[in-house]
Amino acid sequence: MSVIIKGARPYGEDAADLLLTDGRITAIGDRLSSPGADVVDATGLVALPGLVDLHTHLREPGREDAETVETGSRAAALGGFTAVHAMANTDPVADTAGVVEQVWRLGQEAGLVDVVPVGAVTVGLRGERLAELGAMADSAARVRVFSDDGHCVADPALMRRALEYVKAFDGVVAQHAEEPRLTVGAQMNEGERSARLGLGGWPAAAEEAVIARDVLLAGHVGARLHVCHVSTAGSVDILRWAKSRGVQVTAEVTPHHLLLTDECAETYDPVFKVNPPLRTEADVQALREGLADGTIDAVGTDHAPHAVEDKESEWAAARPGMLGLEQALSVVLETMVEPGLLDWRGVADRMSVRPAAIGRLGAHGRPLAVGEPANLLLLDPTHRAAVDPAALASRSRNSPYAGRELPGRVVATFLRGTATVLDGKATR
Amino acid sequence: MRKHLLEAGDLDRADATLVLDTAAQIEAALAGREVKKLPTLRGRTVVNLFFEDSTRTRISFELAAKRLSADVINFSAKGSSVSKGESLKDTALTLEAMGSDAIVVRHPASGAPHRLAQWVKGSVVNAGDGTHEHPTQALLDAYTIRQRLGRLDGVRVVLVGDVLHSRVARSNVWLLHTLGAEVTVVAPPTLLPVGVGSWPVTVGYDLDAALPKADVVMMLRVQAERMNASFFPSAREYSRRYGLDARRMAALPDDAIVMHPGPMNRGMEIAAEVADSVRSTIVDQVGNGVTVRMAVLYLLLGGSPS
Amino acid sequence: MTMSSELFSDLSAPPPLLTGDDVARVVDRVAHQLIERAASSAPDGAADGGLADLVLVGIPTRGAPLARRLAARIEAFTGTAVDVGTVDITLYRDDLRTRGVRALEETRLPAAGIDGRLVVLIDDVLFSGRSVRAALDALRDLGRPRAVQLAVLVDRGHRELPIRADYVGKNVPTSRAQQVRVKLAEVDGVDEVRVLNGGDR
Repeated sequence: MSVIIKGARPYGEDAADLLLTDGRITAIGDRLSSPGADVVDATGLVALPGLVDLHTHLREPGREDAETVETGSRAAALGGFTAVHAMANTDPVADTAGVVEQVWRLGQEAGLVDVVPVGAVTVGLRGERLAELGAMADSAARVRVFSDDGHCVADPALMRRALEYVKAFDGVVAQHAEEPRLTVGAQMNEGERSARLGLGGWPAAAEEAVIARDVLLAGHVGARLHVCHVSTAGSVDILRWAKSRGVQVTAEVTPHHLLLTDECAETYDPVFKVNPPLRTEADVQALREGLADGTIDAVGTDHAPHAVEDKESEWAAARPGMLGLEQALSVVLETMVEPGLLDWRGVADRMSVRPAAIGRLGAHGRPLAVGEPANLLLLDPTHRAAVDPAALASRSRNSPYAGRELPGRVVATFLRGTATVLDGKATR
Repeated sequence: MRKHLLEAGDLDRADATLVLDTAAQIEAALAGREVKKLPTLRGRTVVNLFFEDSTRTRISFELAAKRLSADVINFSAKGSSVSKGESLKDTALTLEAMGSDAIVVRHPASGAPHRLAQWVKGSVVNAGDGTHEHPTQALLDAYTIRQRLGRLDGVRVVLVGDVLHSRVARSNVWLLHTLGAEVTVVAPPTLLPVGVGSWPVTVGYDLDAALPKADVVMMLRVQAERMNASFFPSAREYSRRYGLDARRMAALPDDAIVMHPGPMNRGMEIAAEVADSVRSTIVDQVGNGVTVRMAVLYLLLGGSPS
Repeated sequence: MTMSSELFSDLSAPPPLLTGDDVARVVDRVAHQLIERAASSAPDGAADGGLADLVLVGIPTRGAPLARRLAARIEAFTGTAVDVGTVDITLYRDDLRTRGVRALEETRLPAAGIDGRLVVLIDDVLFSGRSVRAALDALRDLGRPRAVQLAVLVDRGHRELPIRADYVGKNVPTSRAQQVRVKLAEVDGVDEVRVLNGGDR
C-alpha cells in the first residue's frame, strides 16, 4: 500500500514529492509516481515529522466522561501527533503493569497515535513508596517515563531513589515540580494579580526550589531527570545552569505557558486555571527564549480534559488544567515561528525529535528521509481561524483558546504510512 | 450605575459618589420618621445567597431590602441542596427561575459573584467573596468617614492587620483611593500579600510610626487560626505590636476616628476601651451599613432607562 | 454664503407660552389665592389668618423653588413667614422600571412637621398625576396633615389618575406628543414656559 504526497515542503524547504510505502518513506524527489498509490496534493504545505507529546492526560480509565484513549488519540492526530505519553493519574492509577498495558492496548485499538503509557513513580501517586517501576518497564507497554504528575515527588530521599532506580532500564523520572508546603491553597501565580484578585498565590519559588533540588540530585547520582511544564523564568535559569554543568536534565514547556499570562485570571473563569499556573509576561518571554536556545528541550501539551461540571464553577472549586493537543502546533507557530524564534527544523526538533528521544521512542522523532518510518504531518501555515471549542475532537471543551485566532492547520497526519487525518478530518 | 456590584475596584469616582450621596438622601428622607419603609422596590425579589455564616451582613442586607419594600428570600447554603453537591450555577439558575431580581451573594471562593454575574440575568451584589472583596463594607466605611470628617479627599487612612486575607482591606484600598484618600497599610510582613507594592498605598510595618499622621485608623479582624500557620508567633506578640490600645489611641490626632468592620476580637487587635471610646465609629458603621445597602439596591434595581 | 442656524431656529421656534414677567404674575396670583384659602379654611381663632397652619411642600426639582417663591410672595403681601419644605418622590415612583434610576433629591420638612396642618404640594407641571400620587404616598409616611392641596404652575391635561389641582397658574391644552418645558431661574437661569412639539429640543 502506497501514498504519494505531491509538492510538500519538508521542514518548510524546497517542495518535493514523498512516497510512503509499507509504513516507511521510500522515496523523496520530483514527480514521483507509483502505480496504484493514493495521491495527496500537498502543494504549499509544510511537512514535518509526526509530533510527539511527553505529557497528555487521556483520563481513561476512570474519567471517560472527560476523555477516552480514543477521543484523546483523535485530538492528538488532528494536532499532528503520532505519539503521546499518557499520564499516570488515572483511576485506577497507572502504577502497575496491568494498568499501563491496558492503556497501551486501548491506544493500539484506537490506532490513531501510538499511546505510550507513563508509569507512576509512587504507589497511588501518594509519594510514599515506589511503584513497581521495573514491572512496568518490562511490560508490553515498555514504560520508560515515570511521573506522579499532578503531584510532586516531594520527599527528597524518595526522589533520589526513583532517579537511581530507573537507570537500570534507561528510564527517566518526569517531575511535577511543586513544593507542596509552599502551595497550600494556591489558585494562581503569586504576584500583583493574585494580591488584587484575592486568589491564593502559587509562588514561582515553589517550582524553582524543587527543580534546583532535583538537578542537584540527578547530577549527584548520574541519572536522567525530566522536568514537566516549566513555567517560570527562574526555572529556565536553573535548567541552563544545570545543563552547563553536565546534568542529564531535560525539560518541557506547555503551549499555554508560551502564550497566556495570569491576566487571564481576571475574569475568574476557571478555564484558565491550571497547574502550574499561568505566569507573567516576563516568564512567557523567558520560556520562549529557553525553548528557542534549547534550554527547554520540548513542548509538552499537558492536555488536561475536564468535564463541564468541573469547570463551570467558582475558580477555587474548579479542577486545574486545559486542553492542548489540537492547538499545540498553532500556538508554537504563533509564539515561536512567526516571531522568528524557531524555524521549521527547530519545531521538528522541539516537538518531535527531542521528546521522542526523552521517551526513548525509536520509531518516532525520526527525520523526513528515505528509509525512515512514515510518521509525519502536513501543515498549512497560512491558515488562520478562531478556535471553536465545539468543533474539537476532545470529549471536553475546556480550551483556553476559545474564540482566539491562531495560525496553522494540520491538513494531514500519517502514522506508519497510513493517514490518520486527511483534509483536516480524522480518518477513523 | 452598572448592573452589578462585584468589586469596589471597578467603581469610578462618579459611581462611588453617587452611592454615598444617595445613601445620604435616604438617611435624610428617613430621619425622624416613624415609618422607616419606602415603597421603591415593591414587587422585586432579592435573594440573600449565603454560603458562609455572616449573620450581621445578611441581616443588614435583609433590612435594607425590606425597607425598600422588596421581597426577601434568605438562602443559606448550609443544610440545603448545595451541601448535597448542587453547583453554584445550578443554585443560581434555580433561584432566578423562581423570579429573583437580584442575588446578594456571600461565598468563600474569590470571584464567585463574578461567575454568578456571567450566568444570571438579574443583578448580583457581592456581599463578600473569599479573600477578594466586600464592596458594600468599603462603601459604608467611606460613608462613615465622610459623615464624621466631612470629606474623603486627602483623608489619611491607616489600615491595620491581616491585609493578606482581608476582603474588607482590598475593597477599602481601592475605594478610598478612588475617592481621594491617602491609604497606609500596616501589618506584619507575613500578612501583606506579595504584590502589595503595586497597590496605591504606603506600606509600613510600624503602627506607632503611622498613628500620629492618621485621620482614620481602621482595624482589621485577625483570625486566631493564622497564628497556627505561623503568620505571627503568638496572639500576645501580635497584640503588642499591632493592637490598638489606649496608649496608642492617645497618639492619634485629636479628631481622628477608629473604625472596625466587626466582628471584633476585643483584646486582640483592639482594646475594649478603644472600641467603646468616642473616637470609635463601630456602632455608626453598623447603622450606616443598612443605609448604604439601601442605596446600592435602589441604584442597581430601581430600573434602567428603556 | 453662510446660513445662521441660530437665526433659522429663532424664526421657527414658537414664542414662549409664559415669559419671565408672566411667571411672576402667575406666582403672585397663586400666592393671593393661597392667602385667601388659608384664611377661609383656618380653624376658628387661628393666628396669622391661618398662615401659621400652612406648609408649602415643593416636589423637586422645580416645585422646590416654586414653593420658596410662593412663600416669599406671601410674606411680602402679609408680613407673615410661611413654612416651606421639599419632598423627593423618586423612591415613591411607580415608573422606575421604565424610566430608570435617577439621583435622589432632598427631602426636608419644617421643624414643626406636617401633622394636623394644611399641606399644599407645589409642582411645576400637572400631567398624568402620577408624581402627585407619589407625593401623597410620601406624605403619608411623613405624617398626618389636616388636609392636602395641590398648586401647579401649568396644568396640561391628560390625567391618568383622579387628581386635580386646587390652584392652577395656567391651563394649557396640549397633545400627548407635545412637551411642556418649564424653566426657572434657580435651576435653569431663566424663567419661561414653552410648549414643544415632538422632536423639538
